[in-house]
Amino acid sequence: MSADHADHAHHHHEPTFIEKYIFPTDHKFIATQYLVTGLLMALIGGFFAYAFRVQLAWPGTDIPVFGHMSPAEYNAAITNHGSIMIFWVAMPVLIAAFGNFLIPLMVGADDMAFPRLNRLSYQVFLVSAIMIIVSLFVPGGGFGGAWTAYPPLSAEATYNLTPYGSSLWLAAVAVEFVAFLIGGINFIVTAMNARAPGMKWDYVPMVVWMICIASILFMASVGPLVAGAVMLFFDQTLNTGFYDPSRGGDPILWQHLFWFFGHPEVYVVLLPATGMVAEVITVFSRKKLFGYQLILFTAIGTGVLSFFVWAHHQFIAGIDPRMANLFTITTVLISIPIAEMLFLYIATLYKGSIEYTTPMLWALGFIFCFLIGGVTGIPLGASGSDIYLHDSYFVIAHFHYTFFPIAFIGSFTGITYWFPKWFGRMMNETIGKIHFWITFIAFNGIFLPLFVLGLAGQHRRIYNYEHFPDLSTPDLQMLRVMATTSLLILLAAQVLFIFNFFWSMWFGEKASANPWKANTLEWTVPSPPPHGNFSEFPTVYRGPYEYSAPGRDTDFWPQHEPS
Amino acid sequence: MIDFLVPRGSTFAGEIDNLFLIITAVVGFWFVLTMGMFLYMMVAYRRREGVHAEYITGKEPELKRWITIPHGIIILCDVVLIVGAVRVWYMVKQDRPEKGDEVRIVAQQWAWTFYHAGPDGELGTPDDIAVVDELHVTVDTVYHFSLESRDVLHSFSVPTFRLKQDVIPGRKITGWFEPTRLGEYDIQCAEMCGIAHGVMGARLFVETEAEHAAWIERMTAMAAK
Repeated sequence: MSADHADHAHHHHEPTFIEKYIFPTDHKFIATQYLVTGLLMALIGGFFAYAFRVQLAWPGTDIPVFGHMSPAEYNAAITNHGSIMIFWVAMPVLIAAFGNFLIPLMVGADDMAFPRLNRLSYQVFLVSAIMIIVSLFVPGGGFGGAWTAYPPLSAEATYNLTPYGSSLWLAAVAVEFVAFLIGGINFIVTAMNARAPGMKWDYVPMVVWMICIASILFMASVGPLVAGAVMLFFDQTLNTGFYDPSRGGDPILWQHLFWFFGHPEVYVVLLPATGMVAEVITVFSRKKLFGYQLILFTAIGTGVLSFFVWAHHQFIAGIDPRMANLFTITTVLISIPIAEMLFLYIATLYKGSIEYTTPMLWALGFIFCFLIGGVTGIPLGASGSDIYLHDSYFVIAHFHYTFFPIAFIGSFTGITYWFPKWFGRMMNETIGKIHFWITFIAFNGIFLPLFVLGLAGQHRRIYNYEHFPDLSTPDLQMLRVMATTSLLILLAAQVLFIFNFFWSMWFGEKASANPWKANTLEWTVPSPPPHGNFSEFPTVYRGPYEYSAPGRDTDFWPQHEPS
Repeated sequence: MIDFLVPRGSTFAGEIDNLFLIITAVVGFWFVLTMGMFLYMMVAYRRREGVHAEYITGKEPELKRWITIPHGIIILCDVVLIVGAVRVWYMVKQDRPEKGDEVRIVAQQWAWTFYHAGPDGELGTPDDIAVVDELHVTVDTVYHFSLESRDVLHSFSVPTFRLKQDVIPGRKITGWFEPTRLGEYDIQCAEMCGIAHGVMGARLFVETEAEHAAWIERMTAMAAK
């Protein structure tokens, strides 16, 4: 690859307008497309959250901007909130945007291995995003059968009453998977084949590893679900009976296929976020990553184990009760690599010199919240206590303590850290810190009450708890109002981020090539990097985390600097 | 902890609560330890003038111990949690005490129908009492239940019993419970089942033997009219 590199380096021509904006192949521009699309989709997902949380706190009220919410609209709102936040926010931002932006820059390549395939990936993704938005406006309304789409409810229009919404929802999800399959191939191939000379496997920055492992997990787990989705689509549209018990089908089959994908999917989005956190905590504590190889092994271990835990979502779904015991064992065991990874991150701070910049606050906030998310998963993975907690708000609270840190705290970590490289200007630190603190406190204000509600027996996906006498007490309603109020504060705080993002993009202080004094290769090129990235392809001499190495004048040691 | 919020209404409710308590204690210990360490590091190693970070790779044996020893203890903790979870699971979902009475439960969009044994004390006979959205049971009696669905997935959930079981069309799922506490409680459908999922509730009436007999009599008389 190095010989090719030398040839290529001098052949870049400046792209025309159409090449740059309509049919771009530059990985950085495609990354920006993914980032902006993902953040716009987050506004839709956030709007749904706003609407159904207001409904829960003040049932039947006229929700500002949304209006009165019917039960069908409530179901569609929660279903699409979940689907959009996972498939159209977490995945495009964490994997596609950061994978595209970072992998070529961090491994020292001029672009992705397959630039046109990369462009196709985004275009397919955009089609899927349009499909999910359109599905909200078709006759009958958007799909409301929960993001897990269990048949027979999802399979038959006579049950779900959304003949077009459910098929379009399913098709959109399947098309989105295609986009990420294409993207994933690209990430893996680029990281494997386009690395700068000298970049051995343990010189690769952790975030690149994490995105690659995530892509492998995705590619290995998504196949069964795509097959399942095709069968479900046939059930919906061609009147087949794959999931219809009255015609020899089995509704539980879908649950197996869905969760065989669904659980690894958690780690598909988790790993890139942990990778970004690793980059940030090392830079801002001026420390080498504590146990690079061990962290890598915990990630791989988690990934492998995640293929053997799926039925913990189905303990009480009617599977053979003996099977639950096996899946309890595998599920509880996953605590070992995850706990170890968190220990190693915390150990990285030991004897460091921690500077509390905005990205560092986000990275530490990630560890804080994910720790809560991790420990609250144990009572759900333990079959005995899951009998009570299954499908309760305890699950919702646990899930959001993992997913919010991943999708938002992780993304904010990455955006605030790489913003100078991406857009060539610094973000405003004061606004950034205010945004962090409000978001962080409000997030805990939303989901801590939900743990209590879950323990009080509040079940999920109910548009109005007034129909359940034991759940419509003033105390529990107060907790609901508390969560909703916190959500409103959290959503309002995002205006700060949006303002900071765009204001800094045009008026921020110009960024130097390496404003954080970091070691990895992306900081050796100008901010923002030009088309083709490197004027001269770098050679790598050491690992990415050589901070505060003894016997040097500076406390960092870039990977490309000869000894 | 859970009984502070929801009363314990069945023989296994206490077991599930205790399991939750054990898990909370074990993971709580690790949580406090880890969080304490984390917060300590954040304060102790904040940037200060003239103090430089140390070069630590994570391979130093005296430091690595701090990871490997907790790692080993966590495996032990996991064994405790798994044994506890499986024990309670076995009791609720796999084992089944001798039947005292039985009830057949049929779920549909969006109602529960409960078939109670009539005066003859047998289910499946003409004097069965079928009631929509009301389940009447006798306290301190082992009930065997069967669950059927007419359309989509539902989930039979009784928080006070700490019991939850999905209902699947095309199958008959069985289980048991033994009520221990008199009163009136919520029954929920805990699996998304369509637009009126949010109102698919029912009420559970746990009665004394005399009350239950009186109720059967009343219902039978009503049916005779």
